[in-house]
Amino acid sequence: MADVRTKQIREPLIHITKRDDVSFAKSTVIHLIGIAVALLISSLLIVAITGQNPLEIYKAMYEGVIGTPIANSGINKKYMESIHQAAILLCISLAVTPAFKMKFWNIGAEGQVLMGCLTSAYCMLEFGGKVDNSVLLVIMFAASVVVGAVWAIIPSICKAFWNTNETLFTLMMNYVAMTLVSYFIMVKDKSGRSDLGIINERTGYGYLPNLFDRNYIFNILIITVVTVLMFVYLKYSKQGYEISVVGESENTARYIGINVKKVIIRTVAISGAICGLVGFMIVAGDKHSIKSSIVDGQGFTAIMVSWMAKFNPILMIPISALIVFLSVGSKYATSAFRIDNSIGDILTSIVIFSIIACEFFTRYKVNFRKPKGRGKA
Amino acid sequence: MLRLILVFCFEKIIEFWVEFSKQNTTERGKTVETKAAIQLKNITKTFGSVVANKDVCLTVNRGEILSILGENGSGKTTLMNMISGIYFPDSGQIFIGGNEVVIRSPKDAFDYKIGMIHQHFKLVDVFSAAENIILGLKEKGKYDIKQAAKNIKEIADKYGFEIDPNKKIHEMSVSEKQTVEIIKVLYRGADILILDEPTAVLTPQETQKLFAVLRRMRDDGKAIIIITHKLHEVLSLSDRVAVLRKGEYVGTVNTAETNESELTEMMVGKKISLNIERSEPQNPQDRLVVKSLNCVNREGVKVLDDISFTARSGEILGIAGIAGSGQRELLEAIAGLQKLDNGEILYNNPKTGETDNLRDKTPMQIRELGVRLSFVPEDRLGMGLVGNMDIVDNMMLRSYRKGKSVFLQRKGPKDLAEHIIKDLEVVTPDANTPVRRLSGGNVQKVLVGREIAASPTVLMAAYPVRGLDINSSYTIYNLLNSQKKNGVAVIFVGEDLDVLIELCDRILVIGSGSVTGIVDGRTATKEEIGLLMTKSNGGGQNG
Repeated sequence: MADVRTKQIREPLIHITKRDDVSFAKSTVIHLIGIAVALLISSLLIVAITGQNPLEIYKAMYEGVIGTPIANSGINKKYMESIHQAAILLCISLAVTPAFKMKFWNIGAEGQVLMGCLTSAYCMLEFGGKVDNSVLLVIMFAASVVVGAVWAIIPSICKAFWNTNETLFTLMMNYVAMTLVSYFIMVKDKSGRSDLGIINERTGYGYLPNLFDRNYIFNILIITVVTVLMFVYLKYSKQGYEISVVGESENTARYIGINVKKVIIRTVAISGAICGLVGFMIVAGDKHSIKSSIVDGQGFTAIMVSWMAKFNPILMIPISALIVFLSVGSKYATSAFRIDNSIGDILTSIVIFSIIACEFFTRYKVNFRKPKGRGKA
Repeated sequence: MLRLILVFCFEKIIEFWVEFSKQNTTERGKTVETKAAIQLKNITKTFGSVVANKDVCLTVNRGEILSILGENGSGKTTLMNMISGIYFPDSGQIFIGGNEVVIRSPKDAFDYKIGMIHQHFKLVDVFSAAENIILGLKEKGKYDIKQAAKNIKEIADKYGFEIDPNKKIHEMSVSEKQTVEIIKVLYRGADILILDEPTAVLTPQETQKLFAVLRRMRDDGKAIIIITHKLHEVLSLSDRVAVLRKGEYVGTVNTAETNESELTEMMVGKKISLNIERSEPQNPQDRLVVKSLNCVNREGVKVLDDISFTARSGEILGIAGIAGSGQRELLEAIAGLQKLDNGEILYNNPKTGETDNLRDKTPMQIRELGVRLSFVPEDRLGMGLVGNMDIVDNMMLRSYRKGKSVFLQRKGPKDLAEHIIKDLEVVTPDANTPVRRLSGGNVQKVLVGREIAASPTVLMAAYPVRGLDINSSYTIYNLLNSQKKNGVAVIFVGEDLDVLIELCDRILVIGSGSVTGIVDGRTATKEEIGLLMTKSNGGGQNG
């Protein structure tokens, strides 16, 4: 008791109060400051660890993303490739979003995309040359979407009817998908390699048509359409409204007569179907191959993108771009400077962390104690 | 020369400042020999742009019960949270026993012998009363439950509590749990007790018992602060009343020198009539006939036990009972949200003249039958509305399915929202504000407004005025009354017996899931209903 009394402190030096909604402009400024602070911290780390000039490294990162135009082609290859990678990440983020908005924690995007890849690859091998290429593409597309959806529906049915934990379930489904892919490769290729190489390399069966001399431009177009559709679906459709209601409060949903089970299964199916679509795009429009690590953890990164964008499809565009550009750029920079590539990972995580930390400043206001009474009577 | 003058002035200022601060400290340091247990001076607290408390001054003496009266959002709880160390004031001083103190955490408050009994109990269900009471006490050696039980008994005997230290919390009634909470703070040596709406969950009889105990504690020299908005309790219990309005301190009056209407005026800021009109039912017809409903919940407890009653058009049927006696399950069963084991819910359709059985129908099927059933659930933001959605989107909850388009039509709901905001005087920046940002009364207006907009034939409202200020409460009563006049069968589940008696035509009393009586609202007394509430036909947790 006594020790409390002797303390002279009137008011804590810093105290934190909750903000009302923050304007978009203010939030943008806060986030830009966050990124600047992150780059500053990163610079110190780069100097401390590698002794390189951080500005040089940032410049190399920039070049790694944008690249320099290749002579005589007019096309800046690297630039489009980075955009494509960002678009794929964006599309997976869009896929997980409806489920997340419904508070269905689908962390199985990785597996759902992989199943889409597997299905597409299977169709390429099985039907390549037997049907017209455009028919083959349609088959691949439809099959991948269906398989992706089925992969997601399984846990959602169990969730809807027996209230199983969807997080564990979808996670486990990832491993099942990976094992299936390994098995598929083993069956198709007895030599024991971990991938099948480029499928239909000579014939080009099941490849998306080239646009501007690039195969993956088509993907970017598809993803643009998906982004717009998802934005409209979530914001303006009745189903999107139902998703929000179920996500906010299942009791309210029941109260107004929404069939909660149906909405859960339908929404997760959509989520899985888009993942399947991504699988199709990766195989038909980019990699033309299959291996169990083909998705490369983007199914998990997408979760973060979706969250950081607060489930807003439009905000996901800059966020997925930022994440992909950071990782592409830092990969390039670390190899150019022959420094350990974990520096790149550290850099990326510092930036992501600081963006997440910005969340604190958009929600709360930090007040400092005002200097008190200057001779005021 | 100029420099000299400047230096001189400067010195003078410093001199003055030193003098002044000396004066200040002596004033502060002086131990004032009064009986004031706790004293607040110019306490101000803001949350963002909201001023929760502004320049509040308050004194509580030893051996005194002080009521803090105020409507919702007037800053009662914020003020108490500052005394109990949960919030820190932006400015102002707190004195305890005449000395200025700084309370920065609940631990500090506890060191100053301040004990707060919250509205929502913080007890471990599977522990016994004694275990809960000594939980978290830092004593050396092993916990001595037996000694603790003995001490608890002593405290209980001193103030006239009834408590069994070995009884488990989950076997206790609400009032027993409250007793445990109070003894918990007494056991820790509290001299200043703060009770936040202690009677909200009690029956009239239990309330009387609690008051007797509080009076005995007062006579023992403790300072007691009780937060409430029930005027008759203020008048019967407290010695003095402090009134807050919109965060501002209005004044303190001696209870003996005041009356209900004066207090209301202080609280609301203007004179309002406290009478609820009650018209005679016009041409009542049986609208909803409920026959022997039975329901066993997931835990295997019988929550509805052979409940039968009839709700008539143009009439308000009140439902009284201790919280958790099956009111929620009953209303949810009628609304199609609760599976029943047997029984019938017959609805006489005034348009077609047909009778439909609503049992085991989903809310959608009930609507498709043409039954216009509106339901204002107890859990407003968890069931009736979606807190994170704006008013317009909440209006759509009932109607978004209309039309074949796959897209939402926001025009109709927007008009409805504007209409409700205007008619019911909902205080909100605009129709696009998330409802969770609104105060309790405004949330309720939005919900009731939406349910009434569906022009129902049956309107069920569960605790529609819980947590509402006087003005909003009367708005809601008037809305219910106007529905009654329109020939709607209104079912009103309430907790304030005074209101039930004034508002309802008939009152159905339930205890432990079964009907213990149906009384006429015009002739029944509070005591009669109170007795029926605790009467139970078989077992039950309050049996």
